[in-house]
Amino acid sequence: MSNTIQKINQPRDPSRREMLKRVGAAGAIGATVAVPVAQVTQQAHAQSNSGNLREALEVLTAAESDVLEAMVARIVPTDNNGPGAAEARAAHYIDRALTGPLAGSKAAYVSGLAALDDYAKSSKGALFTKLGAADQDAVLTDLEKNVAKNFRPNSAAFFNMVREHTMQGMFSDPYYGGNANFIGWDLIGYPGIRMVVAPDEQSMSKPPKVLRQSAYDQAMFSKRGGNHGH
Amino acid sequence: MATNLKKTQVVVIGLGAAGGTAVLPLTRAGIEVVGLEAGDWLSPRDFAPDELRNNFRGWPQSVQKANREVPTHRRNEKSPYSPRPAVHPMMNAVGGTTLHFFAQAWRLNPWDYKVVSETTRRYGAARIPKGCTVEDWPFGHEELEPYYDKVDVEVGVSGVAGNLKGKVDPRGNVFEAPRSRDYPMPPLRLTEFTEQMYGAAKSLGWHPFPGAALINSVPYGGRGACVFHGYCTRGGCHVSAKNGPHVTTIPKALETKRLTVVTRAHVTRIEIDEKTGRATGATYIKDGVEYFQPADVVLLSSYTYENVRLLLMSKSKAFPNGLANNNGQVGRHYMTHNTSSRVYGLFPKNINNWYGTQGQGVALDDWADDNFDHGALDFIGGGNLFVYSDRRPIDAATMPTFGRPNWGSAWKAFIKENADRWNLATMQKTTLPYEDNYLDLDPTVKDPLGNPVIRITADWKENDLKMSAYLREKMRIWFKAAGAIATQDAPTGTQGPSTHAIGGTRMGDNKSTNTVDRWGFAHEVPNLGVMGGSVMGVSGARNPTLSIMALSWRSAERLAQQWKSIAT
Repeated sequence: MSNTIQKINQPRDPSRREMLKRVGAAGAIGATVAVPVAQVTQQAHAQSNSGNLREALEVLTAAESDVLEAMVARIVPTDNNGPGAAEARAAHYIDRALTGPLAGSKAAYVSGLAALDDYAKSSKGALFTKLGAADQDAVLTDLEKNVAKNFRPNSAAFFNMVREHTMQGMFSDPYYGGNANFIGWDLIGYPGIRMVVAPDEQSMSKPPKVLRQSAYDQAMFSKRGGNHGH
Repeated sequence: MATNLKKTQVVVIGLGAAGGTAVLPLTRAGIEVVGLEAGDWLSPRDFAPDELRNNFRGWPQSVQKANREVPTHRRNEKSPYSPRPAVHPMMNAVGGTTLHFFAQAWRLNPWDYKVVSETTRRYGAARIPKGCTVEDWPFGHEELEPYYDKVDVEVGVSGVAGNLKGKVDPRGNVFEAPRSRDYPMPPLRLTEFTEQMYGAAKSLGWHPFPGAALINSVPYGGRGACVFHGYCTRGGCHVSAKNGPHVTTIPKALETKRLTVVTRAHVTRIEIDEKTGRATGATYIKDGVEYFQPADVVLLSSYTYENVRLLLMSKSKAFPNGLANNNGQVGRHYMTHNTSSRVYGLFPKNINNWYGTQGQGVALDDWADDNFDHGALDFIGGGNLFVYSDRRPIDAATMPTFGRPNWGSAWKAFIKENADRWNLATMQKTTLPYEDNYLDLDPTVKDPLGNPVIRITADWKENDLKMSAYLREKMRIWFKAAGAIATQDAPTGTQGPSTHAIGGTRMGDNKSTNTVDRWGFAHEVPNLGVMGGSVMGVSGARNPTLSIMALSWRSAERLAQQWKSIAT
């Protein structure tokens, strides 16, 4: 297998550890310096935008991913209130989560995304990705109201699942591949993860200073726990 | 065949709030104890402030046992099953769910022990709802007070006394029963927002007070004070300021050298001697190998669902319907708090609710228990109202929208403005037991070992719904007095799997209507003790953990004092 193919098949920002290795190997940052997830994500994003390669997908096909990208971009749109799910990489979060924690939802995504395209064609005359924002919203409203046909078990269940996972991809710790550049946390004004909160940081009159870090930028935490003695 | 282990004096099944507390008085009395715990030891390294992992993916527990045994639920015998939650309300670990609980630390109200006699005395016997199986407890609050006091000090509770030896102090809960000693720690600090709620309640002529918590407000027990970083619900404490048995009673018991903790021990059955009908020990599976741990006394101290399930699964010739269940009472008298019956308040500016803990709040007992006159009302009992400081990002973004859409540009504009402008009031209400609210083994749904999971058959009754409507109105008044511009009711829900599961092995003198005696030992199996919320005969109007710890301490002390008569 050639190096080129290996590179293309690598997920864009797989695990933090791999990312650190790659960033370290590139000599951008000394290997012994802890790199905040935020910085890594920004770099990865910048790197990926430099070429026209499609991002490698873990579970979804390119066609499914396009439909999902379009759907999450209507759930949290990019508008005059700032960037949305597209920039936060919520679809990327979902694709990655389908390899493990959300694996049980894979079949629902595969059939639901196909059903969404079918419904867009039959109700609006074009594939979902080809519709304008107003038509896309109308189609999604039909799903939410459970009037769109040929979804299993039904269109509202599919819509609510994608909405729930989009919220996770938008507002969870950036460790998981979404909430890129803290877009979600900035939208809601979350002042960030702090290890100690002083009394004046719980006051209404003086908002706390905004900190931007992942929980796992804290050296003390492991991802998986247990069985390490007492 | 199970490997037979060396006999011990007491085997404790489950090292959470109940069993983890009981091991201290037992080992201090010189008794050898083996504690079987399905989970692992966890430590601060496992307690990352990670909302996705902790609140959506069933962590921090590393052993996924409970999550594969989530009970099923139906409202009544004729209704279809409710949707089954993805994760169990409780977790497996040394310390159990005290690792991720709210840590609110309440004593029961004296009325809770005497619902039948006090209701009859004040309003007449006809006010006990039809079909309700509530009984007076075999003792009153004065019997349990010394054990609450021990737990306050040994485990560590912060708060401000409202009644010290009969002297009422309006800084605390003026409705509480007299306490023999003050709290060992002052209450957790309030925030500017909870101060505002406190002031609003005062302006209404009500009696607000800072809630008590099993959380260090100052350094205590060799551990530091709370740092209010948030992520306390379903997250462990990275500075060990949250007080559960894993950082208090269990380490103290280990120091005696009389406690052996066996982790990842998945208990499948309590064994008996068919001739005598006495318990002989517990069978468990650890890392794929089956063991039998013989003991003079078995203390069953898992969560309510697992206590009932293990008894019902431990069938024998002597107990064909499950252990200690020849009277058919195991699984009966089941109830949960109507915690879903909440009210949300929307405020005109940011309230900075991002940090803190659920224990850091303001409480009201004005409409709890029988603290108010029910003469002209159509229900008995009441609820504790509580607001606190706590907010996580996904939770904030998926906030109630007060009638607006929950996706798209309009929603995005709404949460951008309001994600930090809402608060949730919890209400813990008196729930009573009824003939047709019960637990049994599910006839079809199994865990990975092929054993049935618990099936809950329970729903809210008229008394619950009327009380909920009454209390919600009080909550709306409170929020509005504090400046809320809108309120919204959360859906009432039903009595599905809960973190406050009460009853199922009820304690009482009457052998035909109760599973365990007034000390917590089975009427039908004298060397089998049951500990946990499953022994409680009323829900009370508040979080049950402190009561569970006090009751467990009392059962353990009784066992130590009456060793010969119980163990031999």
